[in-house]
Amino acid sequence: MLNHAEASEQFIQDAERTTWHDETLWFVRSKRDKASKVIPEWEDLREHASRIKDHVLVNLGQYLVEFEAKAKANGIHVHWAKDAEEHNQIVYELVAKHGSKALVKSKSMLTEECHLNSFLTKKGVEVVDTDLGERIVQFRDEVPSHIVLPAIHLKKEDVGETFHQHLGTPKGNKDPQFLTEAARQHLRGYFLAADVAITGVNFAVAETGEFVVCTNEGNADMGAHLAKVHIACMGIEKLIPKRKDLGVFLRLLARSATGQLITTYSSHFAKPREGQEMHIVLVDNGRTRQLARPEFRNSLKCIRCAACFNTCPVYRRSGGHSYHQPVAGPIGSILAPNFDKKSNVDLPFASTLCGSCTNVCPVKINIHEQLWFWRQDLMKDGLAPAGKSLSMQGMAWVLSHPKIYRLAGAMGRFVVKNLPFLVNNSLNPWAKQREMPEAPKESFQSWYQSRKS
Amino acid sequence: MRVALFVPCYVDQFYPQVAIASLELLEKLGCEVVVPKDQTCCGQPMANSGFANLTGGCDTNFSQNFDGFDYIVGPSGSCILHIKEHHPSKKIRESVYEICEFLVDVLQVKKLDAHFPHRVGLHQSCHGQRGLRLSSMTERNEVPFSKIAQLLDMVKGLDYVLPARADECCGFGGTFCVTEEAVSVRMGQDRIQEHVVNQIDYLIGADTSCLMHMEGILRRQNSNVQIKHVIEILNHHA
Repeated sequence: MLNHAEASEQFIQDAERTTWHDETLWFVRSKRDKASKVIPEWEDLREHASRIKDHVLVNLGQYLVEFEAKAKANGIHVHWAKDAEEHNQIVYELVAKHGSKALVKSKSMLTEECHLNSFLTKKGVEVVDTDLGERIVQFRDEVPSHIVLPAIHLKKEDVGETFHQHLGTPKGNKDPQFLTEAARQHLRGYFLAADVAITGVNFAVAETGEFVVCTNEGNADMGAHLAKVHIACMGIEKLIPKRKDLGVFLRLLARSATGQLITTYSSHFAKPREGQEMHIVLVDNGRTRQLARPEFRNSLKCIRCAACFNTCPVYRRSGGHSYHQPVAGPIGSILAPNFDKKSNVDLPFASTLCGSCTNVCPVKINIHEQLWFWRQDLMKDGLAPAGKSLSMQGMAWVLSHPKIYRLAGAMGRFVVKNLPFLVNNSLNPWAKQREMPEAPKESFQSWYQSRKS
Repeated sequence: MRVALFVPCYVDQFYPQVAIASLELLEKLGCEVVVPKDQTCCGQPMANSGFANLTGGCDTNFSQNFDGFDYIVGPSGSCILHIKEHHPSKKIRESVYEICEFLVDVLQVKKLDAHFPHRVGLHQSCHGQRGLRLSSMTERNEVPFSKIAQLLDMVKGLDYVLPARADECCGFGGTFCVTEEAVSVRMGQDRIQEHVVNQIDYLIGADTSCLMHMEGILRRQNSNVQIKHVIEILNHHA
């Protein structure tokens, strides 16, 4: 597996596509800016949302119990999964019980996190992602590169070619309207035939036992309304205390995610319709571990709007796949080390700590500070690349000793000034595409000492 | 007013003109400027690389040089932010100022004898902008303000412009500039591109590290655009 720096380098090799990717996501960021700036109380809304989520995290146990009781009273079956494996097993058993060989699934980052698709496929169950972007990447045997815009790394030409191969659309046709219609016709058959529909959950309301699923395509509704069995999979952090809190979160979510004033479909599922079975799987999968880490706890406030992706200058120029995790971007980089430190050690370093993410976040997660804290945590665990620890110790030592620093500085300038081939070569990553700074004839301190005398 | 000038290590070594301009300008504005001799580095390179546990020596050295001053002023938003957020001494954390912030908030400068008849592009460095709040940011819904622009407005003949994406990061990012070389350079190239379309003579900013990174790219492109620190402009008189 390539690390973030290596994968980004590959991505950037296609300079034109990188420009397009950057500009496309910046367009979404700009739409978000417009939509947020027409609301005078925007910053208050963010603060309010942040406090509600803080409150939920502090009282999570209580709200989960309340939600379970209300949901059960509504006739919903509630399941608890401690990790991805349990989650997948629960879903599989429900599917198997109904003898289903194919199911439809609307967008759920949790099922991506649990790798549900590959689990079910191995068991002989066909999973059809019904979100258009997810269906496109599923055809291509890829994973989403963005949590709201799963196929944003692809251009319409790519989609045309993919549909030509999988849906038999005419070769070379890249008309978005035409291709979307082809996907609709293709998915319709699956919607009508599926016995089981899986959806994610955007918000679960403890007060009422209902849950809310937001989509722009209506595909969650198509699935859930037609199937005999509806399984909703949710991380335990998706709770909010009361229905009225949706007035805060739905406004923030749509504006932050795409710059829309409201998501096209915000569907409330409170109880199964007659003859239908409704299940909720409540999944921990490391969330309680994160909850116990004071510096990282509030990463669990995330409502998966992806505003931090769209604003991130690194994400825009490296693409979602460079993060090698189901959730990419800045938020993914602070969630990933909680799952596995060693394989995600590169992610908290895939940032300049510019702080833009923290300031677009609708629930005020201090993302860039958590990136910094993860860096400390991972290095403390001895996960630094070879040589880094030693060079850091060397640098710290020089910089702690003023006399040595002055000597090293004079030598450093000497090297830059007199032996440019030593430093200006391809082994020096600075100089690969940049000139070295020109060395002045003396340092400020040396100038200052002669000025004084 | 007695002021200690903090000259970050790389400014001392590679951009002495920025420190000289800072010293001269503060003196011109009536400050008694002290330059502690044994100062080195704020410790940020280690801390941002995940080795905050190794910054004890730098913290101690900083204290030994700057203890007792009510105003510790430096021409680098990033280093100042590091001290403000991470130095163990509360007194020091509360006494450090980025130089533009100091000119506007403490000295309350209303006019300057400065003349710089050029068109320049202003790069708003992230740590100064979002970290120290030197100016408003486009992410937030807030009333626009800029301490740097306030100062630049006092310079005769100066024509400054912001790029289309006014507060996008340049990609320097400390050790990021070498560990994530490809993204870093690409970000810098994009930043420069958005500035040069504005027909500028100089690219200016309040953080020399960002300027060093962009200067490296500009020179590799054989561009005529030069870099200058904001303080060099404020201290410039024809």
